[in-house]
Amino acid sequence: MTPAPADLSGLSGRFLAMLGPHGVITDPVRLRTYECDGLTYHRATPAVVVLPETAEQVAAVVRACHETGTPFVARGSGTGLSGGALPRSDGVLIVTSRMRRILEIDVENRRAVVEPGVTNLAITEAARPYGYYYAPDPSSQQICSIGGNVAENSGGAHCLKYGFTVNHVLAVELVTPEGEIVLLDAMDPGYDLLGAFIGSEGTLGIATKITVRLSREPETVTTLLAAFPDVETGGVAVSAIIGAGIVPAAIEMMDALAIEAAEAAVRCDYPPGAGAVLIVELDGPHAEVAHEFARVDAICRESGAFAVRVADDPARRAAIWKGRRSAFAAVGRISPAYLVQDGVVPRTALPAVLAGIERLSARYGIRVANVFHAGDGNLHPLVLFDDAEEGAGERAELVSGEILDLCLEHGGSITGEHGVGVDKSRYMPKMFTAEDLDTMQLVRCAFDPRNLSNPGKIFPTPRLCGEVPGVRKGVHPLVASGEADLF
Amino acid sequence: MTPGEALAATGVDARAAGPGDAVAGVTPRWVALPESTGEVALVMRAAAEHGLAVVPAGGGTKLSWGYAPTRCDLLLDTRRMNRVLEHEAGDLVVRVQAGVTAAALASALGEAGQQLALDVMAEEATVGGVLATAAAGPRRLRHGTPRDLLIGITVVLADGTIARSGGKVVKNVAGYDLGKLFTGSLGTLGVITEATFRLHPLPASRAWVTATSPDPRVLTAVATLAGSQLEPSALELDRPGTHGPLTVAALFEGVAAAERAKAAAELLGDGSAISSGPPAWWARLPGERPAPDPAELLQETPGGHPTEDGPGPRLTESSPGDRSLEERVPQGGGFLLELRVPPAFAGRALAAVAWASDDAGGPPVHVRGSAASCVLHLAVPVDTPPGAAEIFVTSLRSEVAGDGGRLVVWTAPPEAAARLDRFGPVGAATLMRRVKERFDPEGRMSPGRLAGAPPAGSGT
Ligand SMILES: Cc1cc2nc3c(=O)[nH]c(=O)nc-3n(C[C@H](O)[C@H](O)[C@H](O)COP(=O)(O)OP(=O)(O)OC[C@H]3O[C@@H](n4cnc5c(N)ncnc54)[C@H](O)[C@@H]3O)c2cc1C
Ligand SMILES: Cc1cc2nc3c(=O)[nH]c(=O)nc-3n(C[C@H](O)[C@H](O)[C@H](O)COP(=O)(O)OP(=O)(O)OC[C@H]3O[C@@H](n4cnc5c(N)ncnc54)[C@H](O)[C@@H]3O)c2cc1C
Repeated sequence: MTPAPADLSGLSGRFLAMLGPHGVITDPVRLRTYECDGLTYHRATPAVVVLPETAEQVAAVVRACHETGTPFVARGSGTGLSGGALPRSDGVLIVTSRMRRILEIDVENRRAVVEPGVTNLAITEAARPYGYYYAPDPSSQQICSIGGNVAENSGGAHCLKYGFTVNHVLAVELVTPEGEIVLLDAMDPGYDLLGAFIGSEGTLGIATKITVRLSREPETVTTLLAAFPDVETGGVAVSAIIGAGIVPAAIEMMDALAIEAAEAAVRCDYPPGAGAVLIVELDGPHAEVAHEFARVDAICRESGAFAVRVADDPARRAAIWKGRRSAFAAVGRISPAYLVQDGVVPRTALPAVLAGIERLSARYGIRVANVFHAGDGNLHPLVLFDDAEEGAGERAELVSGEILDLCLEHGGSITGEHGVGVDKSRYMPKMFTAEDLDTMQLVRCAFDPRNLSNPGKIFPTPRLCGEVPGVRKGVHPLVASGEADLF
Repeated sequence: MTPGEALAATGVDARAAGPGDAVAGVTPRWVALPESTGEVALVMRAAAEHGLAVVPAGGGTKLSWGYAPTRCDLLLDTRRMNRVLEHEAGDLVVRVQAGVTAAALASALGEAGQQLALDVMAEEATVGGVLATAAAGPRRLRHGTPRDLLIGITVVLADGTIARSGGKVVKNVAGYDLGKLFTGSLGTLGVITEATFRLHPLPASRAWVTATSPDPRVLTAVATLAGSQLEPSALELDRPGTHGPLTVAALFEGVAAAERAKAAAELLGDGSAISSGPPAWWARLPGERPAPDPAELLQETPGGHPTEDGPGPRLTESSPGDRSLEERVPQGGGFLLELRVPPAFAGRALAAVAWASDDAGGPPVHVRGSAASCVLHLAVPVDTPPGAAEIFVTSLRSEVAGDGGRLVVWTAPPEAAARLDRFGPVGAATLMRRVKERFDPEGRMSPGRLAGAPPAGSGT
């Protein structure tokens, strides 16, 4: 059941005047195409959808929302996995799909200037002829928008070495929640508002133009696939690689169930009998990569790998990655329904947390396939269930939630790349104190005093901006828990 | 209770301030020496109750950066907060108190074969000060600036609220990133008390390539090198005379550093030399005396550094807390400017510096900085007449504006300081001012320091 959209016909009329009939959607059937993002079990039909083509149009729409106190939500390609682009039935959905121009590929300055609706991969494709690429590479890169990447601070398989969106964005032009066009530029002195905006999930305004850093393609890329009897031995290899002072571009692991799913879906032909596979990618200057590859190869074998494959041409590399890239969708082959979780633990806690997940799985009778960025401890457990079976969905939810508790117990995070959105706002108080959250609200209030930009996301029922917090007495929970003043 | 009594009642070490504690000419009344986040919160609450203006200080090496504070009642000295709280080598993560010096941290991490991939630029510079000034050295090219390596932060706000964001995992997108916000805040938003960083392995080897050329044409080779697949960790330039010759230096790190350096030397042409150590000016600001020997500094601060088996012992009362700022601040007192342009315009930026100097009657300008990221520091002598300095700044700022450049005046002698717009136009000034008003509604955190970035008179 989704709430019925509110009547915003007055506003819609103004939008029609600003954007023309092609830029405004009020038809209920067409509105429904926008009722959810990649997290399909949260749905709401927006009251009206607008499709602006310029920053000025976005600003005009937002100003009208601000004047009338109407909430608005930005949407890129709708691939988000935390319900960040979930519309409001009493609000406006601002979709960037008509802002898809690559404005400049500036090779000399190693940067590109693009509109927010441009897909992640399109930037790389435009830069490739010059020997450059855009480094952050979420698995959804063919469709997700750079605006969505900025909002989520998206990562990718290669962020172990190259970092996240925030490390590759040089400037953002945004429309503030009050409808002003402002430039946040890494070259400016003062507070790093650019950094604070990236990852704010559409709650601090709408990005209308983005300048990204382009990276030089590495001289060599070598990819290695190692098959292990189980996840534990694979984990030993990961520790040994990091311990040897090597920072690969990527270290990805899949467990037996994830491999089974990938084989069923795309026949990736991983070594038979593998209880876990590890994909290690090394890139950089020839001489470095050759040396490090020899070390990684030896480490894998010493740690118990029973088969090692190597690829140094694009075709064979694609074959190795095929299974990994398909993993999310592939579990659809072995389970009628599934939840994708996204949690992070310190890398050294991986064995304990994986064992914990196995116990949860056994306790609730719910299978969990594990695909993870082993280098940085970012887990993507896929919680499998049969939605036809009574209570299975609820049990899966419990397992998924308790996995996050496990991550927090081990000093981790409730999300490494998919964001908080609506999905995880209730976990925020488990990770942060009331003071932490109130302080984050100060940023929100500075940008969006009327709380109109994607309200209800990230934060559980925030204080209003005018409210003054009660005088805080007593001990901060961090101090009480001994964490803050340990020594 | 008087403010002094209230400070004493917190139980946190504090003392009356002397002229040696002045911050850019403004003498505080008290100096507090907290040892933990909790103690900072106690001090800040007492300061809030009595309406005291507070300036946080780390090593005190850059307290002259930015405008002088309009008020300073209490100097919050963070140097007793000098413990490494957590270093899990297997996770490549470290959590430290904000008063840990960059040099002490480097030596502690070095024992585990690891590093915080920021350049140690001043041995007494603290982690808090590096974050608050957003200072980064040569290796910004490969590893970015402090904000790129910071994964978690704990701060204490003007009202004593303790807030934390991020965490101790490298990958984490839960909640707003307060660490970013506090980067570059110059003590105006609150006190940074703890920081967590991602670490890198120490490289197996390093090699530098240096070349000196009579004119900026060498920058073409620098651009080629920056765009090559040799992956230099840093590409720096040094030009001691306004119109004089230019030295460029590239750093390579890793198992095959020497091999890559050789290839780079070919690109840079005849007269380039390979060395296993940096040139003397590497990672130093122009116009400052060369850094003292780190070994000497370590001896001066007995017990102040973390030991192998965990956090360092607490400092005794007569430890470096008693060396006045005056004794710690590098001498010089001239102008220090920071010029940024997009990298392809490095050559034009150097030409603009020379023109602006000519316009201003020819004060000598020493330029040094990152050639490939094009973040350049400019030193102009202290005896430059204020009028000439003003012409230089105005003319250079307008010259680089067309290329999207920025010019910041970090330090200036007092007579000139009053006439200079320190930050120039900033697109997000209004948003910055609003952030400031939310975090510090009474304007008690380093008041006035960033004035001018936000519109003048905004109270920031
Ligand atoms: C199969 C699959 C694989 C994925 N793999 C990865 C992965 O490897 N790594 C990863 O990090 N993520 C991954 N994701 C998640 C998702 O693709 C990213 O979060 C992506 O950045 C979302 O982009 P989008 O354009 O689809 O944004 P949307 O889903 O449309 O929106 C996401 C959020 O961004 C906001 N937003 C959108 N545009 C703007 C704008 N212009 N200004 C301000 N806010 C805006 C929205 O309000 C919303 O809060 C994956 C998703 C799928 C379906
Ligand atoms: C390329 C380059 C080269 C450099 N070379 C040199 C050099 O040769 N010599 C040199 O001395 N420096 C050099 N620096 C600068 C050096 O990095 C600074 O000394 C350092 O960043 C400041 O640290 P500090 O502890 O001395 O800070 P302080 O000088 O104590 O403080 C600086 C500012 O930060 C604020 N602050 C300090 N601590 C905190 C805190 N915990 N919370 C909130 N605000 C705080 C202060 O209020 C003040 O505004 C260089 C910088 C660059 C970019």
